[in-house]
Amino acid sequence: MPPPILWVSAVTKTYKTGFTALQAIDLAIERGEIFALLGPNGAGKTTLISIICGIVTMTSGQVRVDGHDIGGAYRAARSMIGLVPQEIALDFFTTVWNTVSFSRGLFGKRPNPAYIESLLRDLSLWDKRDSRVIELSGGMKRRVMIAKALSHEPELLFLDEPTAGVDVGLRRDMWALVRRLRDKGVTVILTTHYIDEAEEMADRVGVIDGGRLLLVEKTAKLMRKLGKRRLTLVLQHRMATIPPELAGWPIELEADGQQLVYSFDANAEDTGIPALLRLLGEKGIDFKDLDTSRSSLEDIFVSLVERAA
Amino acid sequence: MSWSSVNAAGIWAIYSTEMARMVRTIWQSVATPVITTALYFVVFGGAIGSRIQQVGGVDYGAFIVPGLIMLSLLTQSISNASIGIYFPKFTKTIFEILSAPLSFGEAVLAYVGAAATKSILLALIILVTATAFVPVHILHPGWMVAFMVLTAVTFSLFGFIIGIWAESFEQLAIIPALVVTPLTFLGGAFYSIDMLPQPWRTINLLNPVVYLVSGFRWSFYGKGDVGVETSLGFTALFMAICLAVLWWIFRTGYRLKS
Ligand SMILES: Nc1ncnc2c1ncn2[C@@H]1O[C@H](COP(=O)(O)OP(=O)(O)OP(=O)(O)O)[C@@H](O)[C@H]1O
Ligand SMILES: [Mg+2]
Repeated sequence: MPPPILWVSAVTKTYKTGFTALQAIDLAIERGEIFALLGPNGAGKTTLISIICGIVTMTSGQVRVDGHDIGGAYRAARSMIGLVPQEIALDFFTTVWNTVSFSRGLFGKRPNPAYIESLLRDLSLWDKRDSRVIELSGGMKRRVMIAKALSHEPELLFLDEPTAGVDVGLRRDMWALVRRLRDKGVTVILTTHYIDEAEEMADRVGVIDGGRLLLVEKTAKLMRKLGKRRLTLVLQHRMATIPPELAGWPIELEADGQQLVYSFDANAEDTGIPALLRLLGEKGIDFKDLDTSRSSLEDIFVSLVERAA
Repeated sequence: MSWSSVNAAGIWAIYSTEMARMVRTIWQSVATPVITTALYFVVFGGAIGSRIQQVGGVDYGAFIVPGLIMLSLLTQSISNASIGIYFPKFTKTIFEILSAPLSFGEAVLAYVGAAATKSILLALIILVTATAFVPVHILHPGWMVAFMVLTAVTFSLFGFIIGIWAESFEQLAIIPALVVTPLTFLGGAFYSIDMLPQPWRTINLLNPVVYLVSGFRWSFYGKGDVGVETSLGFTALFMAICLAVLWWIFRTGYRLKS
């Protein structure tokens, strides 16, 4: 069996400030996957990517890219990786063509004008090839960053928050590009704050918070968890225990007996809500308000963190 | 291609991009040293030369040519190399260099090579300009080129270190302004250090620039303030120190990686 395209083992990072940004991260990514790293600000997403790409040194742990250790075999490892960092960083005074060609050379590849041309056409930058970077709009600059990352035909592409500050059109283009890359066999790892984005794009999702990887799950499975909704009934009269008639139902008593919370699958044919409400009416359990909500990313974080603790 | 071999394309990418920066500003790059040199000849050669006429049997105008070239080699090497590596740090594009399959030595070779090439080209332009003002003889052309290359490389290494160390444009400018410029002016570019009163003459023997200018002047006129071996030895020593510092930077990732 070939090694995973990315293998991360017990990676820890403590910055010079003494702040521990990553705690024993383990992760394996298969070739051809689209993987989303989902987490709030400061979770450690950029730190993890920077370590894999050789920009930040890890405190301890091991990383291999297609079996090549990023320390001992850094040339083989790095030549497979393309990185689009979170922030735009470009030499503003060179032209689009030159800066993209520069990246290809830097990664040890022979010039290939035909490939660079197709890349620039793909990213709608061909008309701008002779423009200096400073003359481009923000969205165009972001596309130049992508072109640079793809210039050396990487097999593993990191997109650190590819859709931050990007309009709807460019976002759609970006997803189309990611799918095309996947079809060519490129593995894509992206970070995002948005669960919808992960849902739309990724085969698997890793949830990271506070420097810990809380879970790694197939997107469909995670969505099933997320697909759960909560029906909250605010009771007229406080209850000490759940009545025996409701024993079989996925119901919990919350807010010190003031609320009944019923969990159900929003995607199911029968949510069970009508039957529940009928039953409550028959038993004379009155409520003064009701509300439904989707369990949010925050809920997932909270429950995962509680479970981890 | 075997990955244990050198990333020549990567070195070339950096080198040629750095050289392109020079071409982009070709008029500044060439006009400035030409005008400055011409001014030096007017001021030092014309005004002072009319009083000093000869130093150690060499016409004063011709005497200052090696010093002028050294002055430019030193300052240009330091500024080219320090800006060359500081600029990507400033624009954050350094991430690309750090993430490339390029060894630290290859990166140093590319940046320092480009900086040294630029300052040598400028030195040659100044040499040609000088011949328009005074007759210049070069007794040991091989040694002259050797001194030029050695000095350019050594001070480009030094500039590279400053560029890595600096965290602001002020810091980038402070070492050249506070240390290098005074040392070059005291280093005997415009006079023989015999002309200095004591104790300055002895104190000046601690100034490394004295040895560079002296050796370089020897390659022109066969005479220097100190022996040519001493000059070579001092330059090589300084180069070794710079290489040792760079080795330490590489081992620790100092100010390049967090
Ligand atoms: N150079 C540094 N020195 C000290 N602490 C740092 C450094 N870089 C990052 N950190 C800290 O490490 C933690 C993780 O940062 P990181 O940039 O990896 O988060 P992130 O998940 O990418 O966040 P965001 O979604 O905001 O981009 C943060 O608390 C941050 O303050
Ligand atoms: Mg980030």
